[in-house]
Amino acid sequence: FESLDKLAVTGTHNPLTLHLKNLDYLLLGDPAFNYQEAELNERLKRLYPAVNEDETPLPRSWSPKDKYSYIGLSQNNLRVHYKGHGKNHKDAASVRATHPIPAACGIYYFEVKIVSKGLDFLSSLLPLSPIPGWDKHSYGYHGDDGHSFCSSGTGQPYGPTFTTGDVIGCCVNLINNTCFYTKNGISLGVAFTDLPPNLYPTVGLQTPGEIVDANFGQQPFVFDIEDYMSEWRAKIHGMIARFPIGERLGEWQAVLQNMVSTYLVHHGYCATATAFARATETLIQEDQTSIKNRQRIQKLVLAGRVGEAIEATQQLYPGLLEHNPNLLFMLKCRQFVEMVNGTDSEVRCFSIRSPKSQDSYPGSPSLSPRHGATNPNLHSAGADSPTCSNGVTPPNKNKSHNKYPGVSSASSSSSSSPSSVNYSESNSTDSTKSQPHSGTSNQEETSDSEMEIEAEHYTNGVAENPSARIMNGTYKHQEILQAQDISLEDSCASRQLCGGNQAATERMIQFGRELQGLNEQLCREYGKNVTHKKMLQDAFSLLAYSDPWNCPVGQQLDPMQRENICSALNSAILESQNLPKQPPLMLALGQATECVQLMARVRSGSCSFARVDNFLH
Amino acid sequence: MQEVTATSRHYVDRLFHPDPQKVLQGVIDMKNAVIGNNKQKANLIVLGAVPRLLYLLQQGLSSSELRTECVVVLGSLAMGTENNIKSLVDCHIIPALLQGLVCPDLVFIEACLRCLRTVFISPVTPVQLLYTDPTVIPHLMSLLSRSPRTQDYITQIFSHCCKSPEHQTVLFNHGAIQNIAPMLISLSYKVRMQALKCFSVLAYENTQVSMTLVNVLVDGDLLSQVFVRMLQRNLPIEMQLTAAKCLTYMCRAGAIRTDDRCIVLKTLPCLVRMCSKERLLEERVEGAETLAYLMEPDVELQRIASVTDHLVAMLADYFKYPSSVSAITDIKRLDHDLKHAHELRQAAFKLYASLGSNDEDIRKKITETENMMDRIVSGLSESSIKVRLAAVRCLHSLSRSVQQLRTSFHDHAVWKPLMKLLQNAPDEVLVMASSTLCNLLLEFSPSKEPILESGVVELLCSLTQSDSPALRVNGIWALMNMAFQADQKVKGEIVRALGTEQLFRLLSDPDTNVLMKTLGLLRNLLSTRPHIDQIMSSHGKQIMQAVTLILEGEHSIEVKEQTLCILANIADGNTAKELIMTNDDILQKIKYYMGHSNAKLQLAATFCISNLIWNEEGSCQERQDKLRELGFVDILHKLTQALDPNLCERAKTAMQHYLA
Repeated sequence: FESLDKLAVTGTHNPLTLHLKNLDYLLLGDPAFNYQEAELNERLKRLYPAVNEDETPLPRSWSPKDKYSYIGLSQNNLRVHYKGHGKNHKDAASVRATHPIPAACGIYYFEVKIVSKGLDFLSSLLPLSPIPGWDKHSYGYHGDDGHSFCSSGTGQPYGPTFTTGDVIGCCVNLINNTCFYTKNGISLGVAFTDLPPNLYPTVGLQTPGEIVDANFGQQPFVFDIEDYMSEWRAKIHGMIARFPIGERLGEWQAVLQNMVSTYLVHHGYCATATAFARATETLIQEDQTSIKNRQRIQKLVLAGRVGEAIEATQQLYPGLLEHNPNLLFMLKCRQFVEMVNGTDSEVRCFSIRSPKSQDSYPGSPSLSPRHGATNPNLHSAGADSPTCSNGVTPPNKNKSHNKYPGVSSASSSSSSSPSSVNYSESNSTDSTKSQPHSGTSNQEETSDSEMEIEAEHYTNGVAENPSARIMNGTYKHQEILQAQDISLEDSCASRQLCGGNQAATERMIQFGRELQGLNEQLCREYGKNVTHKKMLQDAFSLLAYSDPWNCPVGQQLDPMQRENICSALNSAILESQNLPKQPPLMLALGQATECVQLMARVRSGSCSFARVDNFLH
Repeated sequence: MQEVTATSRHYVDRLFHPDPQKVLQGVIDMKNAVIGNNKQKANLIVLGAVPRLLYLLQQGLSSSELRTECVVVLGSLAMGTENNIKSLVDCHIIPALLQGLVCPDLVFIEACLRCLRTVFISPVTPVQLLYTDPTVIPHLMSLLSRSPRTQDYITQIFSHCCKSPEHQTVLFNHGAIQNIAPMLISLSYKVRMQALKCFSVLAYENTQVSMTLVNVLVDGDLLSQVFVRMLQRNLPIEMQLTAAKCLTYMCRAGAIRTDDRCIVLKTLPCLVRMCSKERLLEERVEGAETLAYLMEPDVELQRIASVTDHLVAMLADYFKYPSSVSAITDIKRLDHDLKHAHELRQAAFKLYASLGSNDEDIRKKITETENMMDRIVSGLSESSIKVRLAAVRCLHSLSRSVQQLRTSFHDHAVWKPLMKLLQNAPDEVLVMASSTLCNLLLEFSPSKEPILESGVVELLCSLTQSDSPALRVNGIWALMNMAFQADQKVKGEIVRALGTEQLFRLLSDPDTNVLMKTLGLLRNLLSTRPHIDQIMSSHGKQIMQAVTLILEGEHSIEVKEQTLCILANIADGNTAKELIMTNDDILQKIKYYMGHSNAKLQLAATFCISNLIWNEEGSCQERQDKLRELGFVDILHKLTQALDPNLCERAKTAMQHYLA
């Protein structure tokens, strides 16, 4: 194959440019093609959810670069035809796909339909060689004799022969590094074991007039690959579920209890944490007051009353913000945004209206239980997202969800003085009591916000629960806000800058100047900070629009945006108390996620069926 | 021991207390005492607890709580040994519990059903007891809707008590399908699984059930689709396997086509997977047997299976139990392996037999599998009758290949164990073995000679006297093959061993196959002139009689054709000719068949005449004259104008002899 390089080069030129032109045209002009492309993307995503195509793109067509000159490509580089003389083996030619098979596929599959007689060989292989299976590190299944070829020119009897009209598939199992072929949807059994990584889908042809069409997912496959995948997914999930812990059963339980406990403490679910500790006979590291303090501050931030939160922090944790100027700046920026929003107490006190108009957090659970890919925070060990969904006791989720409508529809009590910090602790309610949709004012109970958990929901056997219900888990900051009528149209209709109050607006502008000043001061002390500049710009930009809620930077006003700063503040407080700034549960989750991603990089195929979000319900 | 008996007696005594409350407490204590204690159970039964419990159970005055507790204790006793079940059945527990099912109390009904289930799934319980009272089955059907538990227990009872086509029909007629179908989408896995098992039992070899099943809708889906979903690879193996069985039975009953996607792409691959090394030994046995059954009649399925997941090679592993590793290292494993070794081997043989029954390439692939022929040979002489039968089936399937007969069969001297197997084996083995022998006796088979020398003739002759038509056919068939182009000695031996009396008895056999093969034997015996003359000189009279009888009787065209061919052979003899020429009756019959509406019969009759007028030596003139007198020439003349080219040709040749 002395002429290999030359062939590969000559083969590259024309078809490549032609192809690009073609593609452009199609992308712009052919809706059918776009539709097909979308369908392909969707199918590939479903088949190989673990593949990060930015790092390892999936094969989608034959490569016009990596082919012999005897090979012609057409139909979006999916159809291959032979144009050599086909006199002897020297005239054989092959083409490979644009990309190698990513390990994160776990199980990879493609099919080839023999459109016109006599496909000789079909394979997945490493280098470009004239006939798949004849060269080193290449593997093939030949149609004329049904033999399999592995890194050599001598074949082994493998399967039946194939010819025009047959659909031949190739499945590479990257978990156990084997490969099998299919013929017309029937598995022919393992062909190769101990496969090396980075194989390319490839076809080779040798007879004039031969035509084959590839299917990398453009069409539904004849073979039921998803069924095959489901078996392996079940296998791997079984392996994880049955992971032997041996003698360490007690240890295991203690670790789990600690995970739950620290998670509850971290987010300040004080009553729940206490009850949990009581039930499991474990100790809580942090003392009650400290937890309650943090909880109070978090509630303020999440309610958009950042000014008060800063005040409370300075009062309870003197020196903390002084040592964290970046955090302080972030908080102040947020405070400015909340002023625009009309939520911050500095502008609220001007408001003649009842505070009900000031929240635009309608019906949205403060800490939405977000999982998996939708929440980037979950997947990085570095960032903590205050998700309250407790991955540990799944049945809870519904419970806490169901409760929101109940709570938000419980109508308002007196609009208590917004400046009262106590207020935030005053009216948490047992949801069973607050559920009645009657207009009666809610009970003023002095208890924490609580999580409702029923005894039988302890699925993991961590706790033998006292018969009484343990309350809550979901951090319902809207309880603070439940004094307000949270009805969407109401808040929409009345959404005005700083609540529409002139004095408040002036206060906001003044605050903006102070913020600008703070930024300049920080610049002097610590040098320029791009992030700060951007943050400030974004915040100030809100003023440039008549309706800040519906402007390009209006996203900032979304109460969801409070969550990040809230958790940053919480972490800073914990750190200052020499407590971990992240709950171990989140660390473990982040680590597991990283681990799975690492597995993909070191080509361990099982990662595709061991995804963390499969285990979060 | 006595102490134990004493405490047991105490439990029984408390059942007779006058205070019902005390009795109830006594039953509850008894319940707690017997759980998991087989000795205690046996003691209580010996001491007569069962009749008393049954009395309390049936006693109208008993509280529903007491009655329920009684049934629970009985159920617990049934969980013990087989002897316990026997004692319970002898005490008429079944009618008592069935009676209990009419009670409205669900808890009580569930307890009764649980106990009935335990009793009925035992092999010692006669299943007929379920069908004695005709009201029982409809009542059980009506209870199916009561709770998931009743569904679980009742379907288990049905599955175990449905052992014959009659049982299938009874259950079918009482609406089993409509009542059980909705359970296939029950939330409870147990219920889904039991319903599925029930369908597999109902559909087995039952066309009526299978044909009904294909049209049943469950929640808008066809039942076959529901079954296909249950084949999914991530589901428990038990479910996949049972669903595949249901689809297989429906397919075999003709309710699903063999080329249906759900068979080709789902059921068949699923069953092949069940044969893989990863599965439990029991699953592999069931998988292989079901697969063999599925593809038995369909060559296309056989071809697909033969290339699926290296099935042919995969089956070779079935012969490796107990493995050498297990023998040394692990006694428990060895025991397990031993228990399943026979089952595995017979299942593999069955599957090979099915795979190779039609396609020559597959047969080649099978015989080329490692040590295959040796395995068959040793399988033929295994102690287990099941293995022997399966091995001979496999051999029979492979013996349909001319290529294999000539090569591997001869190389491995398979005829030796086969002959041994034929000595006093049960009928079902004999049928297969003799059928295989027929093929081994084909003229081109190199095994024919040694088999002849081993004194097979006597054995085959005795088979022709069997009560089983299949054995008679095989016996006579083998003799027929043997006589084909055989030398005088062999033919003489056959005639002598069989005896003319038996030969003529076979000619009046009620089974057409037997008759056909006997005629075939006669024809093969009556070939080449010296043989014809010799046999006709000794048995001519009887043979002519038999031929006359058959030609006069009510027989199929094929039989008559074969008989006319025998006459044609006789007419080919030198001296034998005269037996026809002097028999005017026969000549008239030949004439009649020359003018028959069926061309085959005309041709055979013309053959006969052609042989008679054959111009070879001196005496033909006389015969020709006689035949002309009888009007044969006119008929021949007419036949030269026949539409059938063969007939026309034959008639023309005959005419030429006249002219010569």
